[in-house]
Parts: sequence; structure tokens; C-alpha cells
Amino acid sequence: MANTADTVNYLDLIKNGLIKENTIFKLALSLCPSIAVTNNLKNGVLMGVAVLFVQTMVNITISVLRKFIHPKVRLPIFMLVISGWVTIADMSMAAFVPDIYKQMGLYIQLIVAFASILARAEMFASKNKIAPSMADGIGMGLGFLFALTVISFFRELIGKGSVWGYALINAKPLLIMILPAGGFFAVGILMALFNWIDIRYFKKGPAASH
Amino acid sequence: MTMDFTKLFELIIAASLINNFVFTRFLGLCIFFGVSKKMETAVGMSVTFTAVMMISAALSWVIFNFVMVPLDITFLKIIVFIGVIAAFVQASDTIMRKVAPGLYYKLGIYLALISTNCIILAVPLINAGEHYNFIESLAFGLGSGIGFALALIIMASIREKLELADIPAPFRGLPMAFIVSGLIALAFTGFSGLITL
Repeated sequence: MANTADTVNYLDLIKNGLIKENTIFKLALSLCPSIAVTNNLKNGVLMGVAVLFVQTMVNITISVLRKFIHPKVRLPIFMLVISGWVTIADMSMAAFVPDIYKQMGLYIQLIVAFASILARAEMFASKNKIAPSMADGIGMGLGFLFALTVISFFRELIGKGSVWGYALINAKPLLIMILPAGGFFAVGILMALFNWIDIRYFKKGPAASH
Repeated sequence: MTMDFTKLFELIIAASLINNFVFTRFLGLCIFFGVSKKMETAVGMSVTFTAVMMISAALSWVIFNFVMVPLDITFLKIIVFIGVIAAFVQASDTIMRKVAPGLYYKLGIYLALISTNCIILAVPLINAGEHYNFIESLAFGLGSGIGFALALIIMASIREKLELADIPAPFRGLPMAFIVSGLIALAFTGFSGLITL
């Protein structure tokens, strides 16, 4: 009986991270890389994968260690765990994809300062068992990956007329979308779109109003 | 000791205008959108940030070059830098509360937000990556701080006016702030040809 309840539970956790509490579009956290690395799809997806990896591993580690961490020193320990996993992600990317790492190495290192990762460790992983924490990490990571993929897909398509490096559109692309300014426009418009869907179909006020 | 002052000046201009942290490097965006609603908080935040950036640049430069390079543990730089900054912010929080309570009540809340902020961590990481010397690291920290202050203050003054504007409902709040920063970023791309380094 616990089996079915558990599977539903995990799916809900993943869905929660993917849609309801989507890091970028709903919570408006960890915005820096959403603009910085999304001028082409490849970088965006790789960044998303790196975050997915770090978030999941951090959640698992914190959940395993949760009984040994004294509440008073928990934040420094969380930071240590996060920076340890970020260092692993950073060094693996430097080794396996050196070309892309050259462009976005700094942002990989700065995953350590993501509010969303620390927040999930604090709010979820430090209070829950290993399996749900892992599901939560995967959900939050997938939500981030999803957001980055959407943003970088549109920016590369409009800004360069290509997808994943393959040229698709023959017309002259709108260069502005791959410039820094285009990132702000893209995220702003996508956020407005999500708000519009909320208002139109769920009759809610604008979600991101801080 | 002869310092190359033109080079330092170029570094400050480059860090504050050409490679502005907010508009061309996209760092510190959470803070940027979080505190740019009111002019007063924006000014307080920029002062605190500039100070913390310079001091953490100096501290981490010393640790990087005199401890980590000799011991060959530069691969630990992420962990060490975040530890240094967190410890420094915590210490200055405690000291300020005792020594300058007035200043603490004005700027203390910003200090708490700083320790895990990407923009503060980015300064030592970039300094280490570019192999700047001590004075250059300080100049880079100062330039970045000025750039961040500039961005916050421009944004705050626009957002104070935006409160009165009639914006379509889905765009209200954050989406509009993004569009506005996109426009400012567009203006900042004009600086890109200012200095050819």
C-alpha cells in the first residue's frame, strides 16, 4: 500500500519543482545564469544539467547527514557540502567540455551562491528522508533545466536563427536577442507569459510581484 | 614603487562600465531586483556592497597568494573564498553592532544578505582567474562596486517612477523590471568600445 502512495508522492515532488515552484519563472531566484549563459541552447542545457546534478547530490548528502548536523552550525555545513559538489561539477566540466567551460566556467563556480540550492537544503533535505530529498532535488533541478532550455531555445532561434548550432532560419536574425539586453527581454517576456497564463486560466493575480 | 596609474584607471572604468556586473556579466541579479524598489535601500546596499567587495578582494588575494598557491591547493578556491567571505561578513556584523550601532541599524540587514551572494564571490574568483596583483585586485573590487552602485541607483530611480505607470497586468512587477533592465543593458553596450584593452 505504501508503494503506490510513495510513487504518487515522488511524482508530486518532482512536479512541484518543475512547475509550481519553478526556480526562475515562479520564485525568481538564481536569475544570474538564466541570462548569462542562455545565448545558445547548448550552454543553457549544460548549465541546467550542472545545477540538476549539484541540487540532487546536495539534497542527498544533507539528507544523509541531517541527524549529525547540529542546528547551530547547519548553514556553514550546508555551504561546505554545496561548494564541495560545485567543485566536483566545475572540475568535471573543465575536463570533459573545455570549450564550453571557457565561456561559462565562472557561472559554474557561482552555482555555489545559488539561493535556491541552499533553500532546498534548508527547507526540505534537512527534514526529510533520502528518497524524497532526492526526488525534490531532481524536481527543482529539472525545473531549472526546463527554464534554461526554454529561454536559450528562443534566444538562439531568434538571435542566431539556429537550434543547437544547426541553422534553421534563413532570414537575417535579430542580433539583439543574443546580446546581453536580449536576455533581460527574453526572461521578462517569458515571465509575463507565465503570469498571463496564470491570470487567464487560473484566475490568479500576477505571481511574481516582488 | 611605480604603479601604472593609467592601467588601474582603465581597470576601474572597465569593471564599472564596460563589464558592468549587472548589465553585461549578469551577476547579483537577485539582489539587484530585490532591493531596487526604493532609492534609500538601493543607496544603503551599494555602499555596503562596495565596501565588502573591496575588503573581500583584499582578504582573499592575500589568502590565495600566500596560502593557497604555495600549498598548491588552488582547486579549493570556491570553498575557501566562500568561507573567507562568510567569516568576514559575520565578523563585521558583530563588530559593527558593538562599535557603530547607528550604522548597523542602517546597513546591518544588507550585510546579512551578502554572505552567499554571487557578486561578492565573483570578485575574488575573477581576481584569481586573471592573476591580478594586490593593487589591481583592489581596483577591480572598487570598480565592480561602483558599477553595481550605478546599476542599482539607475534602476531604483526608474522603478520609483514605474509605480505610477499603467502597466498591463501580466507585466506588472518583475517582468517589467526585466524589460527595463534590458533597455538599460542596451544603453550599456554603448560603452563596449570605450577602451580597447
